Amino acid sequence: MDSQNTFWKSAVKNGLLAGAIGLYSTLVGLVQAFNKRAVIEQLSLGHITLLLSWGVVAYVFLNHHRESESKGKLIAAGALVGGLGAFLVALLPMTAQWVDYHFVFVHAGPEMYSLLTFGKGPWLGSAMLVAVGALWGILIALVVSLPTFWRDSVVKAFLITITVGLLSDLFTGMTIGWMFQPFLGVEGLNILGAVLVFGLSIAYDYWSAHRKPKESAEAVATEPAGVTKSQLRRMVVGALALVVVAGLPLLLGSYLSHVLNMVGLYTIMGLGLNIVVGYAGLLDLGYVAFFALGAYTMGLLTSTGPLGIAHWTFWEAVPFSILVAMVAGILLGVPVLRMRGDYLAIVTLGFGEIIRILALSNWLKPLIGGAQGILLIPKPPLFGFKIQTPIHFYYLILVGIGIAAFVAYRLRESRLGRAWMAMREDEDVAEAMGIDLVVTKLTAFAFGASFSGLAGAIFASYVGSIFPHSFNLLISINVLSLIIVGGVGSMPGVFVGSLALVGLPELLREFAEYRMLIYGLSLIAMMLLKPEGFWPEPIRKRELREEVGD
Amino acid sequence: MAMLELKDVHSFYGNIEALKGISLYVDEGEIVTLIGANGAGKTTTLRTITGLIKPRQGTVTLEGEDLTKFKPHEIVYKGVSMVPEGRGIFARLTVAENLDLGAYIRNDKEGIKEDLERVYELFPRLKERRNQVAGTLSGGEQQMLAIGRALMARPRLLLLDEPSMGLAPVLVELIFDTIVDINKQGTTILLVEQNALMALSIAHRGYVLRTGEIVLADSAENLRNNEMVQKTYLGME
Ligand SMILES: Nc1ncnc2c1ncn2[C@@H]1O[C@H](COP(=O)(O)OP(=O)(O)OP(=O)(O)O)[C@@H](O)[C@H]1O
Ligand SMILES: [Mg+2]
Repeated sequence: MDSQNTFWKSAVKNGLLAGAIGLYSTLVGLVQAFNKRAVIEQLSLGHITLLLSWGVVAYVFLNHHRESESKGKLIAAGALVGGLGAFLVALLPMTAQWVDYHFVFVHAGPEMYSLLTFGKGPWLGSAMLVAVGALWGILIALVVSLPTFWRDSVVKAFLITITVGLLSDLFTGMTIGWMFQPFLGVEGLNILGAVLVFGLSIAYDYWSAHRKPKESAEAVATEPAGVTKSQLRRMVVGALALVVVAGLPLLLGSYLSHVLNMVGLYTIMGLGLNIVVGYAGLLDLGYVAFFALGAYTMGLLTSTGPLGIAHWTFWEAVPFSILVAMVAGILLGVPVLRMRGDYLAIVTLGFGEIIRILALSNWLKPLIGGAQGILLIPKPPLFGFKIQTPIHFYYLILVGIGIAAFVAYRLRESRLGRAWMAMREDEDVAEAMGIDLVVTKLTAFAFGASFSGLAGAIFASYVGSIFPHSFNLLISINVLSLIIVGGVGSMPGVFVGSLALVGLPELLREFAEYRMLIYGLSLIAMMLLKPEGFWPEPIRKRELREEVGD
Repeated sequence: MAMLELKDVHSFYGNIEALKGISLYVDEGEIVTLIGANGAGKTTTLRTITGLIKPRQGTVTLEGEDLTKFKPHEIVYKGVSMVPEGRGIFARLTVAENLDLGAYIRNDKEGIKEDLERVYELFPRLKERRNQVAGTLSGGEQQMLAIGRALMARPRLLLLDEPSMGLAPVLVELIFDTIVDINKQGTTILLVEQNALMALSIAHRGYVLRTGEIVLADSAENLRNNEMVQKTYLGME
């Protein structure tokens, strides 16, 4: 009897929690802002935010009691949690005639209330909202009581469907967008598309669950003889990947190619910062400075405007952009040689800001344009042809990534790479191995900076004009975050991280300030769920596994 | 000429004088031990030799060459390797990677390979565990790794800082046997120990250090029979 009581008590508690989260996201304006983006037919991201805020709480709670309670009770509890959560949110429109919420919460107002009540007035509408919450809770209870495989598969399919719906602009933007038209609404997926995605996701799960055991058994059995086969497969996959990568911009169209280009530039920077942070273990928060130096060098040397000093071509200027960044890396390195960890982070942070403020300053204005920046930076010529559109730049950036990745890889495998690794692990012991800490640190800073300089040079030519405000702290933070998300020290991780942290926000542009919220939330979730990153380097995995094992 | 010679060395931590003018020498081929209680200055002596601390007064010479003007990593190139107190292995790297870093200063691939085999011969346990993360090795295995790694630099002079610390008696025995082997294969050894009994049983000569000063210097045998040493360091009444 007692445990029964606690079950219902905690159901009520969770209902209140669900309501609190729902209320919070409503009052800060999140639901309203997200309402602008339809995901599936009329269902907007705003609705989904509310549903998720109740749903996640209900799911976690019900799942916890999945084994111990009967299905009937789970359903009742689901209805309670969802209904209570919705009721709390419904209190807003119901009480709005007496309380002026707008006074404190700028987003509260008729528009919000109407959104919450489906435009049906405070009483009928609120009742509907509560009913939706309760039904949603019941639905979640039903999903929770499915067998584990189906439960997981349904949840995954649900999340995938939302994601696809959210990103469905992607398809419209593509050159082959017409192929997807039957599945898309005016915005977001239509019902047919949603069902299709949901179904495909479950079908894929089913297929892979029933295929795996056979496959791995086969792989074990044929290991020695199958080497050539797997090699062949790898080659085919590699060739296919190459074709896809080369053909991608033609498929994606101009806007998406632009997004990919930003991902690419961040990938180059990420590969560089990865040397400093990942290989050498030096926390650098001023990495944007080298990006800025690369870009300004490119601007000054090539601009056809009044600030241009040399009128060189892109190709002549690129080596200098890299060189300037490299030298700056060494100059930053010298004063911080004796610093570690947090101190190093603060000093490098300051360095990044100094460069930006110098670029803004009146003092240097005659040379580099101050806040007006440098304009008229020409595009790179190529055999009488001009690299001009985002699609053209895609290939240039691809080459840049290729070179950066090659250099990063060779460095990591070199003697210097080993010295970096040893220094990262323990500076004193590294020194006792005969490693010169001064040289090792400075080369890490210099190589890391040079990648950023290259990215900056391409960026300057890509956008055609550069301004100090393009080089703010956020870029440094972004690059650092994408390395962490991808997996510190891992090269493929850099690309995955860029895609997640640069590509996604770019596609969620319209949500302006909430973009950072999503960004922050996903970083937190990521660090909790997969602390070693999406694509960790073996050594990081080792270290984390070891800590878990302790 | 002695291989290593310290003359009237004074070393400081800030204003604390940890070494108050010590002099000692190690001849080529010897095992010399430096014994003393906690805080006597044993580690400080080794840190001074390896360049981590610059003495304020006095000289440290290796085959007549002044060592104090070199940086720690340069002294490794002179043929001096240290197994630091508390082992100082790279905990997140594998055994093989640790050994590889031990040979950082060398680039004779063949020689490195030979020495790797030699280390694995001295410590078969390391060979079995060469792909294991060093941090997960047992204390004894970590000590073996630290010694093996120092050997990978093919040093002429090996400095060992309390290799017996925290090890079970059987393992201490094994480690000390290995030290003798290493010495027989031609490496000169300066061994810092609190375990005076073991140290004096394998060393040729020894020094007793007390609060930064050398109070006794003699052959190992004489030290073993010295009444004061027996009382203070060998726990005999
Ligand atoms: N970094 C430091 N800063 C200040 N004082 C230090 C420092 N390191 C050692 N000392 C002091 O110098 C003296 C000698 O220390 P040292 O580490 O050489 O002793 P030890 O003989 O190696 O002792 P143990 O057997 O405990 O390792 C001690 O009094 C110690 O407190
Ligand atoms: Mg000591």
